[in-house]
Amino acid sequence: MGIDWFPLWLSLEVAALATAISLLFGIWLAWVLANKQFRGKDILDALTTLPLALPPTVLGYYLLVVIGRSSWIGRAWEKITGTELVFTWRAAVIAAALHAIPLLVKSSRAALENVDSAYERAARSLGASEWRLFWRVSIPLARRPVAAATALAFARSLGDFGTTFMIAGDIPGRTQTAAIAIYDAAEANNTRVAATLAIVISVVTAAIVYFANRLETRKRA
Amino acid sequence: MIRGRVTKRFAAAPESAGFQLDVEIEAHAGVTVLYGPSGSGKTLTLDCIAGFARPDTGRILLDDRILFDAESGVNLRPQQRSCGYVFQNYALFPHMTLRENLAFAAYDMPRLERHRRLAEQLERFKLTELAGRYPHELSGGQKQRGSIARALISNPRIVLLDEPGRGLDAELRTDLYTLIEELKSGLGMPVLLVTHDPEECFALADHVFIYEGGRIAHRGSPDELLRNPGTSTAAELLGGFTILEAEVAAIDPAKQTSRLLLDGEEIQGPHLRGCFKGDRIALCTRPEELFVRTVPGANRVRRDLRRTLARPQFIRAEFSGGLVVDVPREEWQLLREAGQRCGWWVEIPATGLRQITGARPKAY
Repeated sequence: MGIDWFPLWLSLEVAALATAISLLFGIWLAWVLANKQFRGKDILDALTTLPLALPPTVLGYYLLVVIGRSSWIGRAWEKITGTELVFTWRAAVIAAALHAIPLLVKSSRAALENVDSAYERAARSLGASEWRLFWRVSIPLARRPVAAATALAFARSLGDFGTTFMIAGDIPGRTQTAAIAIYDAAEANNTRVAATLAIVISVVTAAIVYFANRLETRKRA
Repeated sequence: MIRGRVTKRFAAAPESAGFQLDVEIEAHAGVTVLYGPSGSGKTLTLDCIAGFARPDTGRILLDDRILFDAESGVNLRPQQRSCGYVFQNYALFPHMTLRENLAFAAYDMPRLERHRRLAEQLERFKLTELAGRYPHELSGGQKQRGSIARALISNPRIVLLDEPGRGLDAELRTDLYTLIEELKSGLGMPVLLVTHDPEECFALADHVFIYEGGRIAHRGSPDELLRNPGTSTAAELLGGFTILEAEVAAIDPAKQTSRLLLDGEEIQGPHLRGCFKGDRIALCTRPEELFVRTVPGANRVRRDLRRTLARPQFIRAEFSGGLVVDVPREEWQLLREAGQRCGWWVEIPATGLRQITGARPKAY
């Protein structure tokens, strides 16, 4: 029996989408946390970190409550798109993104805070808007660590199990990601599939981690 | 013209003493040097003007524009202040070429004007050939010129320079002084320059504010300050002063003179304000204002010669009681023998003594 590669492709697609979404929110959140002073900043900071610390099933349960079919978000989604949100690949993207955002925010925030404030002052005093400062100065100066954080976030999204299992389920050919397929194969004593998928995922992840580390060390050199 | 008065308090924290900035500044076209030791509030003043630090009270006016006014709550953003700030470490964006750095500052100009202005500015600062280089490919002096060119490209109304000579060797520093001199004549706007280097201060300043612990202790032209630094700290900072402590023996307001007791010897002193007989006061003088004598006379005090230092143009003779005198070389040849035979006197003309405040006489 040939190996079904669908779970691997699904995982890569889900991880790519999740990383894109977390980049959008994560960098912005990181910049806000790094540069702005406002009330409730500590709480926002804690909230962004929470998905890293909570057990995946707990996170999955909350997500079921928030985006499930009976929640208003779930209902609204169904009304607009005509499809459900939970137990589809979209739910897997949400689960993966929730795990990627904290990683991205933490590292990007540190990277943005590391940018010499003289550059930001210089940009402001030269008349640059905050928007232009962000895109033309802060992000380019922090690009290596941010890219490294993005790579790690991608790797993390690739391997989510618990939360994905809770809200996207295990529907072969639809929501079964590589991590879940490995679990199924191991349960079914299908060692060949389990080992192959495990090795492929390991190689991809190892390559990403190596790449991320290189990005960070070259910056320091 | 810039005018302003600001205060800003930093509460004492466990690891740092409290600090309060309380200054009133007014500067016209030309170079105004903010001079003083580190941590006296010089750079903080620039930051308040540029909008990087928010004062607690006061107001700042640049020409006829209000940059900051605590009472009415006006606090323009740095982007709106038209301040050309030249940072201590240049702060040229490392990921942009020199040309891109300059273009970044000229972003708001129409395209054609931007091109013209860029070319003009690169030419003026002799950077045309280097325009394609990144900051790390430039020398310290080139980066310096680049950052000044960038600060000036959008025609600011004031230039703020934070320790521009720091880290440059003597030759580059001279180039920098020439550059600032040229700018000064062409700009017609205030240039505020922060430094703690006396050489830089006297090379460039039209006007000096001497900072001390968050306040302006004294102000004046370099010549005025060389005559009278006002406080003992300023005298020490500027260098080359001798600080003496004396007791007031008599005051004669009618003749505008006084009698002073200097280590038990009475000499004639200058007119003293707000002093009474018996007060201990501090005075400063400069080595070139005193004379070495080998016979007693009016306003001469008996001293022992401690040591001599040979300088290219003169001999610096140091006497007991902290008196230092510069003597032309040829004169010293004649004096030395007589002095060794008959003893030394230092003549202190009343015009060479200025009263200063806050004295801590040096121990000898």
